[in-house]
Amino acid sequence: MLGPFLETLIGGLLTGVLYSLVALGFVLIFKASGVFNFAQGAMVLFAALTIARLSGEIDGKEVHLANFVVAAAILGVAVAFIGWYAWREYIARGAGPGERRKMQVLAAVGALVGGIAAYSYGKGAWPLWLAIAATAAIMGLLAYAIERLVLRHLVNQEGIILFMATLGIANFLDGFGQTLWGSDIYKINLGLPKDPLFLFEGVFPGGLLVDPGELVAAAIAAGLVVVLAIFFQKTRVGRALRAVADDHAAAQSVGIPLNTIWLIVWTVSGLVALAAGLIWGAKLGVQFSISLIALKALPVLILGGFTSVPGAIVGGLIIGAGEKLSEVFLAPILVKQFDLAGGGIENWFAYMLALVFLLFRPQGLFGERIIERV
Amino acid sequence: MLAVIVAAFLAVPMVASPYLYTEILIPFLILSLAAIGLNILVGYCGQVSLGTGGFMAVGAYAAYNLWLRVPELNNLIVVFLFGGLMAAAVGILFGIPSLRIKGFYLAVATLASQFFLDWLFARVKWLTNYTPSGSVAVGKLEVFGWHVDTPADRYLLILGIVVVGTLVAKNLVRGHIGRSWMAVRDMDIAAEIIGFRPLRTKLTAFAVSSFFIGVAGAMWAFLRLGAWEPLAFDINRSFQILFMVIIGGLGSLVGSFMGAAFIVLMPILLNQLPGWFGIRMSTALLSHLEFMVFGAMIVFFLIVEPHGLARLWAVAKEKLRLWPFPH
Amino acid sequence: MVARVRSFPDVLLSVENISLSFGGVKALTDISFDIAKGEIRAIIGPNGAGKSSMLNCINGFYHPQQGAITYKGVRRSQMKPHEAAEQGIARTFQNIALFRGMSTLDNIMTGRNLRMKTGLFWQALHIGPAQREEIENRKVVERIIDFLEIQHIRKAPVGQLPYGLQKRVELGRALAAEPELLLLDEPMAGMNIEEKQDMCRFILDVNDEFGTTICLIEHDMGVVMDISDRVVVLDYGKKIGDGVPDEVRSNEAVVAAYLGVSH
Repeated sequence: MLGPFLETLIGGLLTGVLYSLVALGFVLIFKASGVFNFAQGAMVLFAALTIARLSGEIDGKEVHLANFVVAAAILGVAVAFIGWYAWREYIARGAGPGERRKMQVLAAVGALVGGIAAYSYGKGAWPLWLAIAATAAIMGLLAYAIERLVLRHLVNQEGIILFMATLGIANFLDGFGQTLWGSDIYKINLGLPKDPLFLFEGVFPGGLLVDPGELVAAAIAAGLVVVLAIFFQKTRVGRALRAVADDHAAAQSVGIPLNTIWLIVWTVSGLVALAAGLIWGAKLGVQFSISLIALKALPVLILGGFTSVPGAIVGGLIIGAGEKLSEVFLAPILVKQFDLAGGGIENWFAYMLALVFLLFRPQGLFGERIIERV
Repeated sequence: MLAVIVAAFLAVPMVASPYLYTEILIPFLILSLAAIGLNILVGYCGQVSLGTGGFMAVGAYAAYNLWLRVPELNNLIVVFLFGGLMAAAVGILFGIPSLRIKGFYLAVATLASQFFLDWLFARVKWLTNYTPSGSVAVGKLEVFGWHVDTPADRYLLILGIVVVGTLVAKNLVRGHIGRSWMAVRDMDIAAEIIGFRPLRTKLTAFAVSSFFIGVAGAMWAFLRLGAWEPLAFDINRSFQILFMVIIGGLGSLVGSFMGAAFIVLMPILLNQLPGWFGIRMSTALLSHLEFMVFGAMIVFFLIVEPHGLARLWAVAKEKLRLWPFPH
Repeated sequence: MVARVRSFPDVLLSVENISLSFGGVKALTDISFDIAKGEIRAIIGPNGAGKSSMLNCINGFYHPQQGAITYKGVRRSQMKPHEAAEQGIARTFQNIALFRGMSTLDNIMTGRNLRMKTGLFWQALHIGPAQREEIENRKVVERIIDFLEIQHIRKAPVGQLPYGLQKRVELGRALAAEPELLLLDEPMAGMNIEEKQDMCRFILDVNDEFGTTICLIEHDMGVVMDISDRVVVLDYGKKIGDGVPDEVRSNEAVVAAYLGVSH
């Protein structure tokens, strides 16, 4: 009995790490801008699709357009960055803001040239590292577009309005990704080991069956989680982020540029989405259902607290383990007892678990207790 | 207002085609009622809910079971009321956490009800009368001996229910119960200090809201679909209704109708549009484009007017009245 | 204006040995005083002295760790805010706590909530008892609107009103409950002289005409000394003075801690 239990537990915990990773994307954005970003799942899908299509075999006709767009985006970002740097130099020397226009023109020209270059070059599959780098650049561009086109126009709106806007963004991204890349099921090959692994063969008869691919994926995810936690707690940008999270106006008054911070946060959570998309895509294949991972991450959020990085980690582990254990051990009992047409309780069990927990601790696992004032 | 209602009852049946009924008018009216229900909860009481689809499902399956198992009560009014009441009961149950959980925590918690109810209707065989995959169908619908068969009949029945429902909603939000909801929405602490009981106020909102949503769900199942499975009320339905409320205008009953009209007409329009310009597209591409345009429109509307179509309408009316003077 | 000297034999509310802390921070330490029926009682003290916390304890929003409050002869240590409201305690807030999405009229109508009992059924139909009740309560509210001279903003959403008017609407909402004890948290903060004079007049009129007992927190010393019958002085969560305005004015501890005038 203990053997299967531990096996399920380990499988659940490994999945839980991946939930943490997705939840972390939510937490980052919520902390720094108070936006409950429902588009996180769509971002994961978009990133996964982009990587899969860039690194996968290409049949030669329909992908040209997409290749063009991607390459244009990468070079556009690169040239715009150079342009931005040059522009800053100009400003330092006292030149007027008219240079901004020049920079934009420069970026557009760079994008065009890059696109043409990639168009003529990009008929085969890209190496994985290049695909990842390109996707990272695209996620950055996406963050820029979101900040520029959406968030900037919704400053000081109520939370629900911003939340709705992210629902709109999610819709747009789902459609955009599939328009650009098609909606078939793709594969991402990370080269993870496939043969099952048996642990503790001395302790349990037959050992514990563990999928090494999951183990590696979980290790990558755990590493990222640690890096992000350090980034948030120790670096200068991290401090600025936390300042913004505490009080927008106060942060601005000490000279922290709000728009830049938002751009950074959305870029970082775009990169988190990239990592999540990469790992999930390698595990399950890239398809539309991947954007539903966001829904799996939500109970993690209410369990761990919307603003807590450790909460997202521990919450993810609890939810991952709870979900698997309930499905394996509780569901058969329910099915037998109530004559159900199958189990599948993992879809709601995590939510119920989080909900019951919240009734006793409304601020979540690591959230701070709120003293209400009037 | 009265003119609109009279026109809807008398003039529309003279000109409407079956397509207009089944694809536009019937969905529009039913979803308007659902949007009114959700607006009571979100727009008036300030409790965000993502579980609308689940409550619609409760209404639909409760109505189905009454219709199936108690043939003596085969009167759609009774059946729909039962659906609404069951949804209200379930709404109260899932509203209890709202006492301790606020804001987005509550929004996520309401997803629990959505997923749980999805699962319930897919798995508990009794509720779907042991049909495979939980898909059920109804036939022989009547109201006090009137057989509701043609699209025109259905339309008139739905219209009647929606008019009464809207009137009830209007009465509630302008009375002291409506004020208690708005007080909790605007400042829950102050509301409690001047004597509103927070739990009771919120649960009333959950109950009334779920009642409307449940009736809408039952109507959707019986009069729009005829045969359905749990998938008809999944989380996408929840988002659809929430979009209606936000685009129409939080805390506005007229807005609920505008939002529903917008969301019902939009996809139809988008499907037709390329054809008018002589462009041919595959259905897959078309549906992806629909997603994109839809998302973009939502963001656009939120930026232009966060208070929704109802506010835009009010502003436009004011401008027209003053025209050609600026003020 | 000369401070009025009136006598009040009956105690309406008494506070005994109240202590309140948040985590390790002591907000109130061993506070005792009473409020007599019919008087205007002021609580003064520097910022952070615990004045608002004191009001929050009286109307059940905070629960003190020690001590008890006796109101109308009933002793209690814990109760919920809406229970305080049901027993006739109404209040206004330091940072206006109006319902911003509602009109002035609706805001003041919310103050009548405890007197409106019709259930969902009649409310949904809006006939019979529901309508009668609405009309009766509306009459009371219209009288309050006249009394506070805010007829012209009856339909305006309160979120858009100027600060002084918002304070007045908030007073109206509290009055609509026809309270026996009215708690006012800095009713005149941030007002200009004229608005302050108006507000003083309203407070005195409420006290005179309706016999409402008033407990108020105020910073403006001149105003406090003019309108209140007795004054409690808090500093760092401790009581350092209590008495009629003249006594308090001459109390050395008070002068040192709060008035800050040269010795």
